[in-house]
Amino acid sequence: MSMLSNLRPGGRHGVASTETRDPIGYLVAGLSRLAQTDLLDRLGLRKQAEQAVFTVTRSGFGTVTRANRTFFRAGSRDKSGVRPAAASTSGRFDLTPTEDEQLLVDVVTEFATEVVRPAASDADAACAAPQELLDASREIGLPILGLPESLGGVAEERSAMAGTLVAEALARGDMGLAVATLAPGSVATAIGLWGSDEQQQTYLPAFTGDDVAAAALALTEPQVLFDVMAPQTTAVRTGEGYVLTGVKSLVPRGAEAELFVVGALLEGTPVLFLVESSSEGLSVEGDPAMGVRAAGLTKLRLDGVSVGEEAVLGSTDGSAYAACVRLSRLAWCALAVGTGQAVLDYVTPYVKEREAFGEPVAHRQSVAFMVANIAIELQAMRLLTYKAAGRAAAGKDFSKAVALARKACAEHGMRIGLDGVQLLGGHGFVKEHPVERWYRDLRAVGLMEGAVLV
Amino acid sequence: MPINLDDPKKFRTLVGQAHQVAMNMLRPISRKYDLAEHEYPKELDMLAAMIDGLSESGASEGAGAAGVRRSEDGDAGDGPIAAGSKNGANLASVMSIQEMCWGDVGLLLSMPRQGLGNSAIASVADDQQLARFDGVWAGMAITEPGTGSDSANIKTTAVLDGDEYVLNGEKIFVTSGDRADAIVVWATLDKELGRAAIKSFVVPKGTPGMRVERLEHKLGIRASDTATIIFENCRVPKENLLGSADVDPKQGFAGAMATFDNTRPLVASMAIGCATAALDLTRELLAKAGVEVDYDRPAYAQPAAAAKLLQLESDLEGARLLMLQAAWMADNRKPNSLEASMAKAKAGRVGSDVTLSCVELCGAVGYSESELLEKWARDSKILDIFEGTQQIQQLIVARRVLGLTSNELK
Repeated sequence: MSMLSNLRPGGRHGVASTETRDPIGYLVAGLSRLAQTDLLDRLGLRKQAEQAVFTVTRSGFGTVTRANRTFFRAGSRDKSGVRPAAASTSGRFDLTPTEDEQLLVDVVTEFATEVVRPAASDADAACAAPQELLDASREIGLPILGLPESLGGVAEERSAMAGTLVAEALARGDMGLAVATLAPGSVATAIGLWGSDEQQQTYLPAFTGDDVAAAALALTEPQVLFDVMAPQTTAVRTGEGYVLTGVKSLVPRGAEAELFVVGALLEGTPVLFLVESSSEGLSVEGDPAMGVRAAGLTKLRLDGVSVGEEAVLGSTDGSAYAACVRLSRLAWCALAVGTGQAVLDYVTPYVKEREAFGEPVAHRQSVAFMVANIAIELQAMRLLTYKAAGRAAAGKDFSKAVALARKACAEHGMRIGLDGVQLLGGHGFVKEHPVERWYRDLRAVGLMEGAVLV
Repeated sequence: MPINLDDPKKFRTLVGQAHQVAMNMLRPISRKYDLAEHEYPKELDMLAAMIDGLSESGASEGAGAAGVRRSEDGDAGDGPIAAGSKNGANLASVMSIQEMCWGDVGLLLSMPRQGLGNSAIASVADDQQLARFDGVWAGMAITEPGTGSDSANIKTTAVLDGDEYVLNGEKIFVTSGDRADAIVVWATLDKELGRAAIKSFVVPKGTPGMRVERLEHKLGIRASDTATIIFENCRVPKENLLGSADVDPKQGFAGAMATFDNTRPLVASMAIGCATAALDLTRELLAKAGVEVDYDRPAYAQPAAAAKLLQLESDLEGARLLMLQAAWMADNRKPNSLEASMAKAKAGRVGSDVTLSCVELCGAVGYSESELLEKWARDSKILDIFEGTQQIQQLIVARRVLGLTSNELK
């Protein structure tokens, strides 16, 4: 009986529970089981094949092993934190970045070209970003990009546009590494935007100094039809604070993070909580995915994690949470634009050099039009993203603008990834070329919530 | 100043006026002239007079086919502005034409003195010709029965005989061909010399040898008449050749094609105006049926109709921003041929997707003549065809992006 129930097909290996097995199916399933044991190997019946199978610790959740930093409480709990001022606007339609923004984009573009791209393939395979690259990203100021000068950052005013341009430029190197390098700064930016004086004084020094804390914005959950505005992770009010329970997924660099921003439903309203990784009841597990692997994605389990009153980040009326979701989607749009640009940059020379039937394949309309459409949709994605970013920086409502950008970046961005592989044919399918990685990365855009924000 | 893609503040009044005109003058007669094809929309005379008045007072800033002559007019009253941030006549044009086409594309195309021929005159004519053809309503005749997108291949000839050119040939798809005061005709001085020998000629209505053969019955934009015109030994003064009579192979096709560079964003704006009309009405009809888009929640967690609406809005906004980009570049004297083609390609296909999807979303209400949705779905199709089809735009974009010549990428 147990044999039969073990052989029931549904619910595992991607088989729907409506599937049934007929007698031949049971026989095949039994043979398959046998084939998976080492019996055949011991009997010498199977050629040993070397396989480099990579996984992050997949043997279940483990407690965070990294030596945790102690965050020393400082500042006043009831006092509002310092807020960056909204960027001023002239009311003029303008696509010209400011001099500062252009300077920043130039620096980051060089970094993306010289450092990020060459490291991308190995980081994808290793599911981790190299330490030297993370160090270098700190040196060019990525973690403090979104912080006002008064909080130890570099921004004079709200920097959603600069953040967008930087995310785009980084993702042109590699999306996974872009997420890995932007994750700590995203938490810092969130604390800058919504933190109390105490939260800013307590946590921001960990991002503005030399030893920058890994940190992650954990909003996504492992659920079908997940609606980020209604997370299943809950926060229950107790005498001294709150108890958090739930599971977050696709959390970047969760294994090394020292601070999380976690979204949870408090009395029916989604709220952000600051959770230190040393908290009792918190555990992480590797959660490698289709793409964005260099970001070291993890699942984060909160098993009755107690946090104090001071852990609430921003308002409890859902407005800070909604703003966080929108700014995060904006960042993912920027990442999609950068990755889409990488695809276009790559396929353009390729189709001109690759020959078939005696001439470059680019001379055929079916190929050339695919490239044209990549260029057209990519530029539309970019303008939609910039429009949302401009509104966010100016302190205007950008909920609709970012929704329109996200729709375009998810749909047309994926199309760009798909066509990028197609244009290289069989060569696009093998890892010798980066287009298969961009294909995997671009799928993330429509479904990722949190992780990064600008 | 920072990157800002919101509509320019400066044109808020202009766009608001165009919207009011579209709503209060064009919409009430929209169905009437869709049904009464080939009937002259006499209501437009008053509107045209009003637009003339506005442009004389300088208040309209290119409300119509203002042409593509890039003037040096500064942003009076705005103070000094940084390079690359001028918001001028090109932006004003696309934004106001979008509003007029939100009213009715066919009627906009029928607007007296706002024809494509006027755009050609404004783009190519010398100062003397500009003065001579001021106030003339000019249609545009390029396409021939055997020549559509390959307009370099036209067969209509122009032969110099004394002080006159003699035109012979057949032109089709001439918008307002029967109503306009004059037709700008593309003809070749010498077929052997190829593109460089193609010139445009202004032929006033009533010139002997020019006759309107017939008016087409069309899928959409039925308010706009579309003529077939025959030229038989039609003589025009040689001063009616627009621009230079020299056949300069280096200049190639550029002279004649210059008109298209700035009409592409205008056609994009027509497609966007028409699609916006459909989307505005559909959004309201769906809301009455209980479906509204929640922009914060994922599309897959909302009704299919809401998810579709979100996709349509996203594509339309993308097309609109490409249109604004192309116009902004023209305002700032940046070469925009690539961006203009991107805008027209995206707007053309999105226009069709939006209007057709709106009919489907609204079911029988969308399909019936009781609403205008079915009309907009018919009107929008031409905007993905004329002034360079979808495929021609893709060809232009592909050649630019890939750096290929027209010989390499045919």
